[in-house]
Amino acid sequence: MATQTATFPAAAPASAGVLLPAFTLWWREVVRFYRQRARVVGVIASPLLFWVVIGSGFGTSFRSGQAAGQQHYLNYFYPGTLVMIVLFTAIFTMMSVIEDRNEGFLLSVLVAPVPRAAIVLGKVLGGTTLATAQGLIFLVFAPLVGVHFTLASFGLIVLTVFLVSFALTALGFAIAWPMDSTQAFHAIINLFLIPLWLLSGALFPLSGASGWIRWLMYANPLTYGVEALRTLMYPEAPSAFSLTASLLTLVLFALFMFGLAFALANRRTTKPAA
Amino acid sequence: MNLNSTAIDVVPSAQAAGQPTIAVRDIVHRYQDRTALNGVSFDVRPAELFGLLGPNGSGKTTLFRILSTLMVPTSGSAMIAGFDAVRQPEAVRRHIGVVFQAQSVDPKLTAYENLWHQGHLYGLRGPELKTRINVILSRVGLLDRSADRVETFSGGMQRRIELAKGLLHHPEVLLLDEPTTGLDPGARRDLWQYLQILRDQERVSVIVTTHLMEEAERCDRLAILNEGNLVALGTPAALTREIGGDVILLEARDPQILAGRIRAKFQVDATVMDNHVRLEIENGHRFVPDVVEAFPGEIQSLSVSKPTLEDVFIHRTGHRFWSEDAEPAPKSGRKKGNK
Repeated sequence: MATQTATFPAAAPASAGVLLPAFTLWWREVVRFYRQRARVVGVIASPLLFWVVIGSGFGTSFRSGQAAGQQHYLNYFYPGTLVMIVLFTAIFTMMSVIEDRNEGFLLSVLVAPVPRAAIVLGKVLGGTTLATAQGLIFLVFAPLVGVHFTLASFGLIVLTVFLVSFALTALGFAIAWPMDSTQAFHAIINLFLIPLWLLSGALFPLSGASGWIRWLMYANPLTYGVEALRTLMYPEAPSAFSLTASLLTLVLFALFMFGLAFALANRRTTKPAA
Repeated sequence: MNLNSTAIDVVPSAQAAGQPTIAVRDIVHRYQDRTALNGVSFDVRPAELFGLLGPNGSGKTTLFRILSTLMVPTSGSAMIAGFDAVRQPEAVRRHIGVVFQAQSVDPKLTAYENLWHQGHLYGLRGPELKTRINVILSRVGLLDRSADRVETFSGGMQRRIELAKGLLHHPEVLLLDEPTTGLDPGARRDLWQYLQILRDQERVSVIVTTHLMEEAERCDRLAILNEGNLVALGTPAALTREIGGDVILLEARDPQILAGRIRAKFQVDATVMDNHVRLEIENGHRFVPDVVEAFPGEIQSLSVSKPTLEDVFIHRTGHRFWSEDAEPAPKSGRKKGNK
């Protein structure tokens, strides 16, 4: 091939690398988001709604929760709610993979000289940004459930939310990539999302679970996200794992999910599904 | 190469060497149960406007996807600008611009933003990218709409942005899949004129798939596909010339019987198609009185015409262009596996 390669020296533009295409795909994801009013409203309003519903339903409980020596359930529930918000936003942003494929936008990216890693990275970071932002918006309500941050704990909370968002967005990408209909995506996601969240320690603690349920919870990577957040928000409450162990598990989870998404996107097929 | 130059100043050395820009060799593509391409070979020369003509299901979309590196063929090879589309997809991608039938521009972005995004995918950035975007936008006549979102554009304008996207990185080869789908006749004409300008002024090799005869006639050379086979290859003029003479269509009460009797009496190859007797003959105007005299009262109507590309298709395949699948191509959206 050497002679043929030498035939076209000047004509070939330099390879785009990974970062520039990844940046531009991330940028598009974010711009598309804030140009669709309904999505912006949803992101701001849904945590607010969550808080208002809980707040009015258990109105007086807020005060008694803080006063009591042991942790009130609403305080317990707060990190789980945060993870739920992140979970839904992260995975559902990757519905855009299916839309891009159906519209033909994805085709034009696939025929560009862009490494598949850049495509996965750009899309996943786009979704991660949106999910993290939404998670952070929910943190505004943290003082109302008795959570007070130090600079360090706030930084680590942001890191945890980012890791959870990244891993779940990558999971969403991996699920969306082979699909061609958003309905099928919804069906699979519901199959995944609800058990993933229910068994994450968001609703009931690990210590309260029995037998096989507890093992499922140990195997669920989301458990470590909820645990990490809980440890950071309520340092005095008992926790099943150390913060380091939780964060490391989340890093591994994120890397594994990204690897999976990349492996799926990197297949070249003889089938027409691009 | 002067990066700030506004003209496309890349003349690949292969053009000077007279090598084909695209060399397709024995491409076979099978889906599970069906052979979409059955050993197709042809060359596309530098600065040529090359058409892939075929009805739906002929394999032209499969071929288009292989050439644009989206799919790997079952066997065979395609060299594009000196690179192997199967083994060196990244290199091929740098040299080709692709315009899909489905819309690939993002309607939520402005025309400028779409091209900015596209440029980044090709490693372009900064002032050079900015210059290129403005040049290409003015060339497709959309510079004044640069800051408007694409969702506000008409169909013809969206096609022009698609074209601008495909040309932003100055490819040597432009691949277009049914580019005039959904366009009104005026916009169609504009697009074809622009493709001819690209070929003449920028020396780009343009490959267009189409199922429209009148578009195929505007190509320099054509490959006609039918059921995965290359049934004809050449200039439209040469292909129609090869039929020799005229095409005569006769309407009769019983075309089968009439065709048999014409074959027996005149030793010509008369066939029945769509309840008409069809034959190709030189000096058709002289044959007409003879055949009417020979079978008085049996012929209800008769037409003599110069052969068209559709006649070439019939001549090579023995059936009409739309006989199997009379549906027009879908307007947009993803094409499913059997295309």
